[in-house]
Amino acid sequence: MKHTLAVLVENRSGVLSRVASLFSRRGYNIESLAVGVTEDPKTSRMTIVVDGDDHVLEQVTKQLNKLVDVIKVSDIGGDDSVERELALIKVSADVSARTEIIQIANIFRARIVDVAPKSITIEVTGDEAKIQAIEKLLRQFGIKEMVRTGKIALVRGPKKV
Amino acid sequence: MTTGSTEKVNGARALIKCLEEEGVDTIFGYPGGQIIPFYNEIYDSNLRHILVRHEQAAAHAADGYARATGKTGVCVSTSGPGATNLVTGIATAYMDSVPIVALTGQVPTFLIGNDAFQEADIKGITQPITKHNYLVQDANELPRIVKEAFHIASTGRPGPVLIDLPKDVQNAEIDFYYPDKVELRGYKPTYKGNTQQIKRAAEEIANSCMPIIYAGGGVISSNASAELVELAETINAPVTTTLLGIGAIPTEHPLHVGMLGMHGTKSANYAIQESDLIIAVGARFDDRVTGKLESFAPNARVIHIDVDPAEISKNVNVQIPIVGDAKQVLKSLNKYIKCCKSEAWLEKIKQWKKEYPLTYKQMSSDVIMPQFVIEQISEACKDAIIVTEVGQHQMWAAQFFKYKKPRTFITSGGLGTMGYGFPAAIGAKVGKPDKTVINIAGDGSFQMNSQELATVVQNDIPVVSVIINNGYLGMVRQWQELFYDKRYSQTFIKGSVDFVKLAEAYGALGLRAERPSEVRPAIEEAVNSGRPAVVEVIVECEANVYPMVPAGAAINEILDIEEHADTPCAMPNLRTAKTDRVLDLEEQ
Repeated sequence: MKHTLAVLVENRSGVLSRVASLFSRRGYNIESLAVGVTEDPKTSRMTIVVDGDDHVLEQVTKQLNKLVDVIKVSDIGGDDSVERELALIKVSADVSARTEIIQIANIFRARIVDVAPKSITIEVTGDEAKIQAIEKLLRQFGIKEMVRTGKIALVRGPKKV
Repeated sequence: MTTGSTEKVNGARALIKCLEEEGVDTIFGYPGGQIIPFYNEIYDSNLRHILVRHEQAAAHAADGYARATGKTGVCVSTSGPGATNLVTGIATAYMDSVPIVALTGQVPTFLIGNDAFQEADIKGITQPITKHNYLVQDANELPRIVKEAFHIASTGRPGPVLIDLPKDVQNAEIDFYYPDKVELRGYKPTYKGNTQQIKRAAEEIANSCMPIIYAGGGVISSNASAELVELAETINAPVTTTLLGIGAIPTEHPLHVGMLGMHGTKSANYAIQESDLIIAVGARFDDRVTGKLESFAPNARVIHIDVDPAEISKNVNVQIPIVGDAKQVLKSLNKYIKCCKSEAWLEKIKQWKKEYPLTYKQMSSDVIMPQFVIEQISEACKDAIIVTEVGQHQMWAAQFFKYKKPRTFITSGGLGTMGYGFPAAIGAKVGKPDKTVINIAGDGSFQMNSQELATVVQNDIPVVSVIINNGYLGMVRQWQELFYDKRYSQTFIKGSVDFVKLAEAYGALGLRAERPSEVRPAIEEAVNSGRPAVVEVIVECEANVYPMVPAGAAINEILDIEEHADTPCAMPNLRTAKTDRVLDLEEQ
């Protein structure tokens, strides 16, 4: 079972490696990890997707909380939350395939961010399912390169984590 | 006191002032290129510096000092190899939750990352084995960092903290100001247990007929022994301890059933298996304690008191978790508890204790049994602090010495570090100079840090090491005997050194006992000499540690001495063909 953790940490050098090494040392599997500074420049926010049962999740949460640089850990998987991931997908596209690729991009509300004689690069944001869906459709044209940010998430409404 | 006022000093001097503010009077260390500015300031300070012969010993000594005194131990080394030599000692302290602060020199900030001479990323290296660590990049941050480091090391679940100090940071001039307070958003340990949970625990205890208290190192580190004994006596429950919990209750207390786990007593292991309620205090259900998890205490509900929430339900499912400091929680629990109906249970425990005492077989009248040596130390030095290395001798020291007080048994439990005992004994003796400090060692372990004989002689630290010399890496040999068909691969080490001459070469007193009658006089002579001393005791070479629960078995599946009395392992003068050959070669 996948869980989404929102982890507020001190914005200091070395914190990311501390968190990442905790996962590897204790044998927990990170599905994705996205990190960036928050509205408070002294704080960074990590969104970590981790795979495991309730026992694993409990241990991950407790072990993260033990790190001095970790300010707060919340499992926001169960909450109603806005979840997004950004992907850049460079697709093989000769002239004959271009129209169809652009149509697919439009349907997914993705943006064309680069066009070259033999490729198109598409920027798409959305939840994991959406990104998987567009990736699947574009695969028939040949994906040259792809990059994903990993999931970021915020709980809806006034609640803060 | 300089708190509140500022003064211009360099980083190294600032560090000394920080240590003084923290009440540090002794540090253990070894100088080197990148820590010279700090050593230059030590030269003029009132700090006592114990010069070790290997940085690993500095870390273990700081650890032994911390365990014996309850204060935070401090060790110092240079960058690179000096710092990496501390690693084993830091990991040892981490596994056993011992408060130490390790100070390491580092190459100047402008060289960091360039693979400079004697550069190592010690912050990265020690990340998984420290509670927290720092690389100081700006000298102005040094006082805050030191303040935080001592706070983190000694509060909550204690542990090691490392501060990496680039040379230019040590030389930089700052306005010194020592902060009064620590402000760490992400670090707020819980000390006071939840009252509702404590009341639930009291109810659970009142309803129990077969309760057992399982006390770990947390009881010792939070100085909760008196509260623990009060709890046991009020509810009339037997008490078992982990290896690190030894001393939490006197060995001879009627409710004490001994250590539990792999080399625990039969009574303790049977009691925990049959209990209906386990009251775990400052213990973490380590695999050496629980044996096979699925068969551990099948009928017991569990109350778990621990300052570290991550330990609760980590290995064993807990019904009543109480996060808090052992002393504080026990104090409030003791207000609510009532005795339960444990008479029949206590009777059963009494029977077990009578039926299965810790014992050993005397092989023949002229051979020295290792357990006998521990008994002799126990009688000769009743109030001593016992420190051990790791192996068979460690288990015998745990089983056969009669401990009376907490902080009198110091040993590497979690990491099982051979070479720990001698330097840790140095730390203990420096911290508690009025106590007799005895390092019980094996011939294998002692050789891992025997160079520290130079340290005890130079600094006049009268620690006595009693080497239980069986000519083997005994614990591994025991496993090879029991589980690997006596294939003693690389565990025969007899004749590696003459320990008496070794001691004398360093200027220490060296004594040897080869017959049972010589053991007591040798120990007494060493202790009374007031000098650093080594007593080498030649013991039966194939004596084993019993009881023993094989790894992976349930803790009531116990091998004991009776079952093995008729097998060759328990007899003297019987060797495997392979060992015989080695002995023959040696005699030629």
